[in-house]
Amino acid sequence: MSSSKRIRRRGIGGDQILKGLVAAAAILIVVLLVALAVELINGASLSLTTFGLPFLYSTTWDPYHDVFGALPFIYGTLVTSALALLIGLPVSLGVAIFLSEKAKGYRLAGYVLGTLVELLAAVPSVIFGLWGLFVLSPNLKTYVEAPLHKYLGFLPIFSANPIGLDYFIAGIILAIMIIPTVSAVSRDVLNAVPNSQREAMYSLGATQWEVIRKSVLPYARSGIFGATILGLGRAVGETMAVTFVIGNSTAISSSLFAQGYTLSALIVNQVGESTSPLNASAIVEIALILFGLALVINVFARLFVVRLTRGARFRA
Amino acid sequence: MTTNGLSGNRGRRRRVFNRLMNVLIYAALVAAIIPLVAIVGEVVIQGLPQINLGFLTGLPRPPTIPGGGIFNAIEGSAVMVGLAALIAVPLGVGAGIYFSEWPESRLSFISSFTNDVLAEFPTITLGIFVYLVVVLTTHTFSAIAGAIALSIVMIPIVARTTEESLKLVPHTLREASMALGIPRWKTVIRIVISTGKSGLATGILLSIARAAGETAPLVVTALWSVYPVTNLWGPTGSLPYLIFYYGLSPYQIWHGYAWGGAFLLVVFMLGLNLSVKLLIGRRFAGVRAEI
Repeated sequence: MSSSKRIRRRGIGGDQILKGLVAAAAILIVVLLVALAVELINGASLSLTTFGLPFLYSTTWDPYHDVFGALPFIYGTLVTSALALLIGLPVSLGVAIFLSEKAKGYRLAGYVLGTLVELLAAVPSVIFGLWGLFVLSPNLKTYVEAPLHKYLGFLPIFSANPIGLDYFIAGIILAIMIIPTVSAVSRDVLNAVPNSQREAMYSLGATQWEVIRKSVLPYARSGIFGATILGLGRAVGETMAVTFVIGNSTAISSSLFAQGYTLSALIVNQVGESTSPLNASAIVEIALILFGLALVINVFARLFVVRLTRGARFRA
Repeated sequence: MTTNGLSGNRGRRRRVFNRLMNVLIYAALVAAIIPLVAIVGEVVIQGLPQINLGFLTGLPRPPTIPGGGIFNAIEGSAVMVGLAALIAVPLGVGAGIYFSEWPESRLSFISSFTNDVLAEFPTITLGIFVYLVVVLTTHTFSAIAGAIALSIVMIPIVARTTEESLKLVPHTLREASMALGIPRWKTVIRIVISTGKSGLATGILLSIARAAGETAPLVVTALWSVYPVTNLWGPTGSLPYLIFYYGLSPYQIWHGYAWGGAFLLVVFMLGLNLSVKLLIGRRFAGVRAEI
């Protein structure tokens, strides 16, 4: 009797120790995010109090005179990310439709092709950058940018003379990089559409495209929206690949073929090279803006959309 | 009647449109696969010729002297990723156990949500955090700072895959173990974890693959050194930084270092990802693509 009691008590002790340890790890994750926010706000406080709100829409970044504004970088991040979505989203949707609707009868082909697209996500971003600089940039410059500039140069977006380091090339690289994320999540969403949804349309004599367009895609709308937001989050935060090809210019240009800058590229290039405490603080504030953007985008994606498909995502 | 079917004028239009969309879907697939082939192809063509014993064991030289190697980068990457795994695996597995075994608690909900957000965070902001907390307070870029930054990248991946693989362990196993009078902690460690261990291993391997390729956090924490690692509290080289720094340099010989390093990194990453996918099963292999 007494011995069994002792065993039970010891058992409960072990339970509490285990629960305490793993709960501590769970708490640490929350602490980490809070500490991240606090440290960034702390580090940016000098710049926050010096420049206030105009920091967000001031276009000057001048370490020599200690005057700083974030607009060129916010602009660059938004332009390149928008371009990435514009190009990456249709391609990703095509891949997702292929994998969920076309490859059904051909499991091996679907598996191999799906794996190839997923492997793209395993390539480190710095290698995308290296490839972008030495292979993609010269080719795009000669075969895409130069003709566009020559024949459509009267349009503001094609007006700058392309040198191969610009918003456009950064946007293309980002488009390639978000394809695995957006297509994998969209594929899972499309796979989760019940077959009755398709069969009903087929029985009315619809073609496959009509089934996809009118019956499958509308059903998966919110999930695809979530995949898009996740892709946007990727594009906004992507750093190294963009740093290779963005051109590092703090001027704002309406031309896609002009050199620019993004929030992330500025941080990588200038941390540790600041000329004054205010300069260092301004760089941290840039990181804070990126933090805020990423937080809003990801919380939005999680709260409203991705939750619907999370189970499916991880069964891949 | 016929005008609405697949025959007749309107039907032809619908069939042609269907065909057109088919072509576009296949075009999208090709467009998505070309970059992978192009990147891996270029890395092999440019990088493979660099690889020899001297390249793997030598140290980088000034841009005018041929030869040399990238041992410092390989060693630095191995040291920092290893240290990061030492930090991230216990914490990530712990949090994953909590998410899977105590899913009802409020802490589980909040922390698991935070974990999802953290997993998608721009890694440069994690790097800046470590820069502010570690580099500025110790007044030096260091392997320790780099390892801490990489561990923050790894924790959410390990935690998520741990949770997902433990949740797949049938509840009947837990109940059977408890019915035998085995306490819960023993059940979790001896039954649940040992049943889900292949999923756990997958998550850890994928997080290592991911950390090995991370560049942005290292640029602001570990920086670079052309010497082998002798001091964990000093600036340390790594493969990703090598590719970044030497790739952006104006010297042909240094570009060779960058491509050689890229080759090693791609072989390591794709090898790890492919073997995880083929050997351990496809159940978790998709996780890397999305985290």
